[in-house]
Amino acid sequence: MIGRTLLMLALLLPARAATAETAGELPAECRVAQHLVENGVPLPQVLKAIAAKRLSILVIGAGSSLLPGPNGQKDAYPERLRSALAERFPGVEITVATDVKARRTALEMVKVLPEDLAASKPNLVIWQTGTVDAMQGVDQDEFSHALDKGIAKARAAGADVVLINSQYSPRTDSMIALGSYGETLRWVAVQREVPLFDRFSVMKLWGDLGTFDLYSATKKLDIAGRVHDCIGRLLAEMIVAAAKPEAPPVQVPGK
Amino acid sequence: MAPAKTERDLRLDLFRGLALWLIFLDHIPSNAVSWITIRNYGFSDATEIFVFISGYTAAFVYGRAMQEHGIMVAGARVLKRAWQIYVAHVFLFAIYLAEISYVAHSFDNPLYTEEMGVLDFLKNPDVTILQALVLKFKPVNMDVLPLYIVLLAGFAPVLWLLLRAPSIALIASAALYTLTWLFDWNFPAYPSGGWIFNPLAWQLLFVFGAWCALGGARNLTRWLNSPALVGLAVAYLVFAFLIALTWYFPRLGVYVPDVVGDLIYPIDKTNLDVLRILHFLSLAVITVYFVPRDWPALRSKAFWPAIVCGQHSLETFCLGVFLSFAAHFVFTEVSNRVFVQFAVSLMGVLVMVGTAALLSWYKRVERQGPRPPTTRPGYAGGDA
Repeated sequence: MIGRTLLMLALLLPARAATAETAGELPAECRVAQHLVENGVPLPQVLKAIAAKRLSILVIGAGSSLLPGPNGQKDAYPERLRSALAERFPGVEITVATDVKARRTALEMVKVLPEDLAASKPNLVIWQTGTVDAMQGVDQDEFSHALDKGIAKARAAGADVVLINSQYSPRTDSMIALGSYGETLRWVAVQREVPLFDRFSVMKLWGDLGTFDLYSATKKLDIAGRVHDCIGRLLAEMIVAAAKPEAPPVQVPGK
Repeated sequence: MAPAKTERDLRLDLFRGLALWLIFLDHIPSNAVSWITIRNYGFSDATEIFVFISGYTAAFVYGRAMQEHGIMVAGARVLKRAWQIYVAHVFLFAIYLAEISYVAHSFDNPLYTEEMGVLDFLKNPDVTILQALVLKFKPVNMDVLPLYIVLLAGFAPVLWLLLRAPSIALIASAALYTLTWLFDWNFPAYPSGGWIFNPLAWQLLFVFGAWCALGGARNLTRWLNSPALVGLAVAYLVFAFLIALTWYFPRLGVYVPDVVGDLIYPIDKTNLDVLRILHFLSLAVITVYFVPRDWPALRSKAFWPAIVCGQHSLETFCLGVFLSFAAHFVFTEVSNRVFVQFAVSLMGVLVMVGTAALLSWYKRVERQGPRPPTTRPGYAGGDA
């Protein structure tokens, strides 16, 4: 699977985009995975919104965008993203609306997307999907079609899109065939020129390095909270990098 | 048309054995060792090799049976083999249930509430176990045997046609493949979607293997020895390798022209994409060119471990699935350090070789036993 097999090579790659100022603000445990966060694709709507001092984000996702417990909402990555962005862009009003419910496939989320878009009028839609489709064995074509449709709808509503793939979950690794769904996500992201936040590789790296113990059987929320905090911060880094006016987009030959 | 030669082609056993090892390594999730397997260097993987060789040996073994004893006897033997594989599949499913029940009972983590939903099927075993028995519900990595069962279940009439009109049989198989692509045919799966390995598409490789065994390969010899074809095959493998590089280094993706990307993606494994067939055929062309049938090294000790595994493919395959469960269990419960991954992978292969060697020995002893040696074609020369 992409990103999984050449882990050791990935480790050897120089950390990209970790300029002194950004690196200083990221906790070390988040920073070890920063080089895996792609930031080559520009986000023009986000850029405009930041210039206008008002950035509205919609996070639409399934169960892995949630944390249980009374502090779940505060600790889950959508809120962590908001707080990290607020630190990075003082003076910009940042709102994060969420529509996250467990056990939703990509297609189910596409169905409710228009309502969400109308309600929160986002400049950026962060779409976490793939796990439930993999668990239910949804047809690949159907999955890829749903992704296309969702991206088109968000763009038609004037929003940029960032995709988030599945979590790395070592215990259920042999039970959920994430592989081809992850590849479809990556391919749709490339084709539609949408950044993909590779949560799987990021968490895999944390698991392999022992940054976070992803194996432990526990009811405690501390590690889960730290993982979400880092994901929120890394997402913020990705958005900051993509929204930098001076950051040149990757030149695509033949275009 | 008669089966090509009577002596078993050791290359088949060798490459089927290697394919079984690769399938085992690929089936261990997050295994560092799986970077050596061919799927990382091109479009096709070990499944193509396994299906093609299985078709080849099935035709070789049951083709002779059909000529000597008629379609009824040969058909019965093919079905008996399909039944054996079905039983093996259900046995593996039982082991899988044991593993997943253990995880469901012992694992809890608020980070993974969504992923734990995959264990929900344990709450309604009345549905899932029935769906598993009718091959609609198939856990991860348990898709190959159901494919094999379906291919064998329908094989007797195909073999009958292959023995009379090989070209027509091959054309019919290609036609079914084309129709499957045109009309999106597939077997239904539970809880949704279709089979991961669509038998209506994958049959093409199985039938092609059978066609080669029954004389097709001989007719192709002139082509197979042509340097131009080998050159084409090498060029295609290089192309596939370059594309595969972009999967691991997404930054390189920008060098793939959009036209090429639009043309090749998505590479459909479920329906055996043409790109995958071509990749397998290129590998086969190069293998046949550089590894002659009578290559003395095939009888050397170095290749014996893979060959012996290939000669007991069903047992080795099932053992491999079980060992990949076990290896994953070790990674999660003991350690997933890289050296442990290497050690566990190597141990797994050694266990597969040891078991296959034991089976070989037992078969020899049985034959030399008090009963007169049997020459049942269904078992002579290894498994189909």
